Amino acid sequence: MLNQKKFIVSHAPFWHDGSTVTARNYNMIVAALPAVLFGFISYGMPAVGVVSLSISSAIVWELLFNKISKRTISIGDGNAALIGILFGMLLPATSPWWLVITGTFVAVVVGKQIYGGIGGNPFNPVLVGLAILMLSWKDFFDFNEALVNYDLGFAMVYPLSALKHLGTSGIDAFNTAGLLMGQQSGGIGATFGLGLILGGIYLIARGFIRWEISVSFLAGVAITALLFNMSDPANYAGPAFHLLTGYTLIGAFFLATEDSSSPVNFLPMLIYGAGAGMLTVLIRNIGAFVDGVVLAILIANIINPLVDKIRPKALGKVI
Amino acid sequence: MIKRSFIGLAKPLIEYQALNVTPLEPQKIPTPKNVTLFIDRPYDHRDSILFNIGDQVKTGQKLSYAEDSDAYVISTVTGTISSITSFVGDYGKAYTAISIDVDANEETDDQFKELFEAPTLDTAVNYLSGAPGNPSFKIFFDPEKSINTIIVCGVDSDLLITTNQYVIKAHINAINNGVRILKKITGIDNILIAVPENMMQDAAASGAEVRTVDSEYPSALPHLMMQKISGQVVPAGKSCEDLGVCFFSAEGVVSIGKAFDEGNIPVTKILTFVDKNGAKTLISARIGTPVHEILSACDVTVNEKDRIILGGPMTGSSIYSEHHPIQPDTDAVMIQDGKDLALVSDYPCINCGECIRICPAKIPVNMLVRFLEAGKYEEAAEEYDLYSCVECGLCSFVCVSRMPILHYIKLAKYELGRISTAEATNA
Repeated sequence: MLNQKKFIVSHAPFWHDGSTVTARNYNMIVAALPAVLFGFISYGMPAVGVVSLSISSAIVWELLFNKISKRTISIGDGNAALIGILFGMLLPATSPWWLVITGTFVAVVVGKQIYGGIGGNPFNPVLVGLAILMLSWKDFFDFNEALVNYDLGFAMVYPLSALKHLGTSGIDAFNTAGLLMGQQSGGIGATFGLGLILGGIYLIARGFIRWEISVSFLAGVAITALLFNMSDPANYAGPAFHLLTGYTLIGAFFLATEDSSSPVNFLPMLIYGAGAGMLTVLIRNIGAFVDGVVLAILIANIINPLVDKIRPKALGKVI
Repeated sequence: MIKRSFIGLAKPLIEYQALNVTPLEPQKIPTPKNVTLFIDRPYDHRDSILFNIGDQVKTGQKLSYAEDSDAYVISTVTGTISSITSFVGDYGKAYTAISIDVDANEETDDQFKELFEAPTLDTAVNYLSGAPGNPSFKIFFDPEKSINTIIVCGVDSDLLITTNQYVIKAHINAINNGVRILKKITGIDNILIAVPENMMQDAAASGAEVRTVDSEYPSALPHLMMQKISGQVVPAGKSCEDLGVCFFSAEGVVSIGKAFDEGNIPVTKILTFVDKNGAKTLISARIGTPVHEILSACDVTVNEKDRIILGGPMTGSSIYSEHHPIQPDTDAVMIQDGKDLALVSDYPCINCGECIRICPAKIPVNMLVRFLEAGKYEEAAEEYDLYSCVECGLCSFVCVSRMPILHYIKLAKYELGRISTAEATNA
């Protein structure tokens, strides 16, 4: 009996479908690449610098926190890199280095790690980082100011601030096809609508994000914008404009769908997405901020645990 | 192993193995030199056990544990008892293990021969409880349960297995006989037979009312089968038996039919053998045959760090020794190569929702598993539907973080069971 072979023993099930957290995160990064590359082409080396610094500093913050908190090193799962690339995509190309590093610190450490790491964060880490920076250094997020030295051959005014200050007469220079093809100023990876949509469709088809959230978010934006537009066409832009400007598309496909801070049941996903979409347009049209996506999704993150209680009755439960 | 498809949005299709053609006779494993039988009772050397090391036993002889106990096992071979030891199985369940050295000449015990012509429930419970397919008659003696429906499972509850389907194809006459006897001895007329759709024709001759079960896993698990067949939903925490429905495997019914027809208690188990490449063979072996005999008969070598599973890939149990014997309910033996093992990780839940979408019992697995990880079993049971779980294992199968979700669920149920037993004894 002593030289018996040793077998691996465990409880059922003995099969697994092969999915991993790592594959999930790297696929999201891949899906974000078209929009990021478009940003690199438009804004050149400064954009490359911002995104690279953002990714690398996010990974370093996670590594440092892993070391300090004496937990297993988790940078291999790609989640820090994903936070880094998404954060970089939201920034203007001219962001100074210290802004990027502070932002990724807030995103990775305050937004995710202090809650226990991946899966524990109640808010989307990227948006926590961005919201705190926006409130702290407002001027760096004024895209008109930040991108004043760029001329890419189209109206370089930030579409949402033009709308906010001038009404629909201020956005005559933009057309839907141009916006879709990225002819607008904005965050490095947030302007190329077509790229973001393709990335989103890829993620939905592969099952890495939940389509219910993206679709209901876009529907929430479109319907609310349409209602405003019908009530006062001179002041409020139509749904197509709202869908293609600012952070709407990156929000719908990459930010609102963050796993840990969004619901998983069908009806809650619809409520969550539609609520965030509606709030986005409310903030844009009657709130104080130019773009509402960041705060709208953060507020939807708050209601996530509550709405996710709406769920089907389990097998054999009476109440 | 079924992998996630590239288009991950599509719900994975996990289907039972269907048996479309009548297969060849199962490969017969020669009677081994030594068999091990389990009596469902913890071994205590102070007990006055009714048999001893060195006793001669015949095939079909009943070995009762003690005068005051109704635990027994039917010897499946003729030979000499070589050891009586204690064996501890899953969840600390203790058995008495009897090893028998097999003699060359087989003799059949004739105790059952005197009783078989007039089948009664007493004869069945006293002689057939450990027969192939593990028919259980104890439930009919339980005063708290009144059984009114018997479902014969012509479906296999786990993937890859075709044992029960083979039995329907090959032994339908014995099933017919078994159903007739079951009706007679239990007085229950409502006997249904559950089969996959493609076997409706075969099952018609069984004498039981035919019902079909979907081919998609896990529709052949008892709770879900009951919902489909009788329309009754089993309340969380209750068993099918509480609602008056009990299950017999098709092979168990064949054992009943053959025993009362021929006067011999069947001792060979039919099982599906799945090798490292997933190739399936039907084999028949004496109950108590050690697994390594099957491996050598099938020309399969196992190495260190491989895995041997009794049962299917989703609900089976792995064993740590190739000397482990085949038992009356072992429908399959499966070998996994050490390179192909899906190991669990200690990663936390990332709340991706895959488990929610696949759970057949609609349990909020993402919340449940957080409570279970923290050891909050009572809260998990009260608020997050722990007892609705039908233990199909799909949540662990799809988990992106590779959490041992089903392990947690089973542990929680076991711990809660221990607490309530302790409370009952101390009250």
